[in-house]
Amino acid sequence: MRHLLAAAELDRDTAVELMDTADKLKQALLGREVRKLPTLRGRTVITMFYENSTRTRVSFEIAGKWMSADVVNVSASGSSVGKGESLRDTALTLEAAGADCLVVRHPASGAAHRMAGWLPATSVVNAGDGTHEHPTQALLDALTLRERFGGGSSALEGRRVGIVGDLLHSRVARSNMHLLRLLGAEVVLVAPPTLVPPGIERWAPGATVSHELDAELPALDAVMMLRVQAERISGPAGPGGGRGAFFPSAREYSIGYGLNAARLGLLPEHAVVLHPGPMVRGMEIASSVADSPRAAITAQVRNGVHVRMAVLYYLLGGSESPA
Amino acid sequence: MTATGVGVQPLVLRGVRPYGEGGPVDLLLRDGVIAELGPAVDGTGARVVDAGGLVALPGFVDLHTHLREPGREDTETIATGSAAAALGGYTAVFAMANTDPVADTAVVVEHVWRRGREVGLVDVHPVGAVTVGLRGERLAELGAMAASAAGVRMFSDDGRCVGDPLLMRRALEYSTALDAVIAQHAEDHRLTDGAQAHEGEVAARLGLTGWPAAAEESIIARDCLLARDAGARLHVCHVSTAGSAELLRWFRANGVRVTAEVTPHHLLLDHERLPGFDPVYKVNPPLRAPDDVQALRRALADGVIDCVATDHAPHAPQDKDCEWSAARPGMLGLQTALSVVVQTMVRTGMLDWRGVAAVLSERPAAVAGLTDQGRPLEVGEPANLVLVDPQATWTVRGADLASLSGNTPYEAMLLPATVVTTVLRGRVTTAEGEVLQ
Repeated sequence: MRHLLAAAELDRDTAVELMDTADKLKQALLGREVRKLPTLRGRTVITMFYENSTRTRVSFEIAGKWMSADVVNVSASGSSVGKGESLRDTALTLEAAGADCLVVRHPASGAAHRMAGWLPATSVVNAGDGTHEHPTQALLDALTLRERFGGGSSALEGRRVGIVGDLLHSRVARSNMHLLRLLGAEVVLVAPPTLVPPGIERWAPGATVSHELDAELPALDAVMMLRVQAERISGPAGPGGGRGAFFPSAREYSIGYGLNAARLGLLPEHAVVLHPGPMVRGMEIASSVADSPRAAITAQVRNGVHVRMAVLYYLLGGSESPA
Repeated sequence: MTATGVGVQPLVLRGVRPYGEGGPVDLLLRDGVIAELGPAVDGTGARVVDAGGLVALPGFVDLHTHLREPGREDTETIATGSAAAALGGYTAVFAMANTDPVADTAVVVEHVWRRGREVGLVDVHPVGAVTVGLRGERLAELGAMAASAAGVRMFSDDGRCVGDPLLMRRALEYSTALDAVIAQHAEDHRLTDGAQAHEGEVAARLGLTGWPAAAEESIIARDCLLARDAGARLHVCHVSTAGSAELLRWFRANGVRVTAEVTPHHLLLDHERLPGFDPVYKVNPPLRAPDDVQALRRALADGVIDCVATDHAPHAPQDKDCEWSAARPGMLGLQTALSVVVQTMVRTGMLDWRGVAAVLSERPAAVAGLTDQGRPLEVGEPANLVLVDPQATWTVRGADLASLSGNTPYEAMLLPATVVTTVLRGRVTTAEGEVLQ
């Protein structure tokens, strides 16, 4: 595997290996005074972010630096991208400049796939492409659930995970649907009908769709809340406008699909609450829930660094031991 | 240039089978018409070509071509597009109006028509815009374009739908006085805002905004009702869904004067091509589901869809070699249309060669009101014809096509049947894959 483009393209063994490697790296760093491994010394990782992002970009940067790679960050506004250079030319330029790995976030679905096709030698990591996939997010979510549940590589086997919110526009949801099912979990998708992707029963077989969050919560082992972007709520609906609102109001959404304290009480005691961030507190998740011990949201961020270290190691590390 | 065919050396085609039927016969082409047809025609004074084993069909007519001139001569010109058309077996093409400037005045349509005549490989008929600048706000001067030297009889805002129902009604009503047809790109743009691919399981999985079938079907239904009330002729461009075919079947059965075309790519390709995100497969309307493909083939076979039109849409490499959402929609079609029709309709037993002549030549000529194209292969008829090798196969290479652009979705595909020779008014325009100027 030269690239990591989509959770849908992962096989189970590779996914488990990446999670195991992330665990090993985490353990290796725990005992160290200086959090730095020499594994990727001399390797160059360039992050290309065509969308604003704090956590993912920082997470990749730290992951690279903790493995001693040289990490360069390129953002769309401060580069030739702003001058209208094509994605292909930018990718070829960065490869020629010495990148061993390009980490790309782009608003167009499939952008990472296109880059992988253009580059003869460089690894491409998809850090989020449009509304398609965000595979490292799914890996860090699975790793977080495995930690909470315990039980090693079969930890997710038979577990029931709810994904709640804007499934239609969510790359996090798509990646998680694929990876969770690959790892043996049952996936329950909860959203208003306007935010359910068409034909989901055919492309995510086994996943079930529900519009009743309260009915699903008692049987869930974990619930993943998705952010609802402001433009989905109040988008213009007049002629020539955007795609319009997908539900009547933030309040109605929150009443139907927000995870508040009362709903937290419907979940089993052991159930874990996840959120990929950034959260809209009071909308899809109440502050008391986000800050409760049931929530694993900061653990997700911590695991994100280790998963991305594992991915960079897997793609660039060759045969050396990771730590 | 030979506008009439007079003065061209007579030509005898020996051993052809018209429509692939019966035994081999000879055709004598003289003064732009089929002068003799029968066994052992006397070839004295004529150039004699051995055409044994080849099928003769009337020259193809494409109702839907983008020649990009004026405006995007880096991607196609009337000269290169004409060459591609002739190599594909065409003797007449309709050049869509979405050029720059838009073909919405007599001046622009006459320019396109004249350039076509100067090149002389194929009859280039400009399609006039329905609305000024394709903006969908007010009618273009349809009458002036109809009265121009180009004699425009087909109007379309192709690429954009005439969305305003009142404006579409007026266009249909107005066209009846011109004996013209309004060709609609059926797409409710409110339902396709940001759309990137057929709304269905593939687009949903790939995170591409969906283009719902209802956006096409609702416009077709609306326009059929408007055409019914206006007593006008409506032509539906690039029909792409099973539902559209059913609507057309119903409206035709109920006497509405509606005709329709389907593209070769909607007959062969479906949305399963999309994973991989190669924008060579991006087209509008989008590649649909396999069930739609089968329904379109059936509708073409039983005449609910009249004809095949290419929607030949050349694009520069930078407009395709990019991320999916940034890419322009459209694909080449002129040189591959026959082979795709043979692959999808003849090899499947849904059409015979007589049927191929109908969908690629006779019916499109009738839709557009051409009297000198799509004629029977009979003595006294115009010598517009194509010779096809039904046994040959070829591998498509975008770089080898005559178009200035290379965006063929059939790259490296092995396809059946080749165009051996195309004849326009008795003059050979292409032979063995070479253009004869």
